Amino acid sequence: MLALVVAGVVPAFADQRADAKAQVAFGISVAQKGLWKEAAFRWQKAVEIDPTYGEAWNNLGIGYEQLGRFNEARAAYEKAMALEPDNSFIRANYDQFRDIYDRQNRRRGK
Amino acid sequence: MTARTVVAASSLAVALASAGCLSFYEIAVETPIQAKIDVSSFQRVLIAGFLTGGSKSIDPNTETARLLRSQLRSKSDLRVIDAEVLLLGEEMEKRRGTPAPSPSPAAATARTERDVVADEVIFTDVDYWKKLGAEYQSPLIITGSIMFTEVSKSGVFSTPQTFSDPQGQVRYAEDRTFKDMKGYALTPKFIFIDGRTGAQLFTETYNEERLYAAGQNVPSLSAYFEMMDGLLPSFLNTLSTQKIRGSRIMLK
Repeated sequence: MLALVVAGVVPAFADQRADAKAQVAFGISVAQKGLWKEAAFRWQKAVEIDPTYGEAWNNLGIGYEQLGRFNEARAAYEKAMALEPDNSFIRANYDQFRDIYDRQNRRRGK
Repeated sequence: MTARTVVAASSLAVALASAGCLSFYEIAVETPIQAKIDVSSFQRVLIAGFLTGGSKSIDPNTETARLLRSQLRSKSDLRVIDAEVLLLGEEMEKRRGTPAPSPSPAAATARTERDVVADEVIFTDVDYWKKLGAEYQSPLIITGSIMFTEVSKSGVFSTPQTFSDPQGQVRYAEDRTFKDMKGYALTPKFIFIDGRTGAQLFTETYNEERLYAAGQNVPSLSAYFEMMDGLLPSFLNTLSTQKIRGSRIMLK
């Protein structure tokens, strides 16, 4: 019974990840052309297909950041870090984003 | 933190890329930071002048007005009005009926933080700013207060150091030593006023501090410019969208 369930779930998961990867790859190619709105749309699709795809959340964070949607960017980066806590690339992206995010929100009163 | 993380990430990138087990794409980005206030209804900006206090070694009123004017001329679309810098401290003295202080800039800045805070009531005098706005065809008015003070601190300070290990690799370490430090603190409060109505549109306060080894003779004006340099991007971002250049790593 378990074998049947696993046999059914694993290919489904693999398909999801493959579909999400296709969206991520397309998002990267359009981001390299400066089309951030389309890139963010693709990465949003990717995380809808596979919400456990940390790399897609990272890219979505970058996309939202470039569109000036900082609160959503922060949430996406934090989701990526939660899914991939040891990924130094995601941490580096997040740290650089936080510098800007904090500057944007800074009200340096006494 | 960021620089170190980037170095670490770059090292990891090289290692993983050479092992062929990760797809990553570095991309140059320009992150937009939106202007904090909408100034599209203004064509002109007047840097009116500032209440000042603290050290007598510089005249923060004149220096700040001059610096902000030159920055706005080159980095904003607003037309900067050339006008005499107001002496708001003297204006408040006049209102209180006390004799005006000596006109020399040094004497004019010899006020405590308490004096400055007490005088800040002028910024809520809508009629005063409206009248000033009418004189200059209703510009955006920038004013505020500036405290520039000398500070000295003693304690254990950490300084990042690099060195080469026996294998020739560059390493990082923190050098922690007890030091006597001297320097300056700058606390500007910028107030943006609508010259048509005299009402405040936005206020922002900054705190900057620079400390130097006690033996190091850093002129107060240099320290002032160093600190202003640190907060100018944020000041300019109040009026116009700024773009921060950098790079990010996209992952597959």
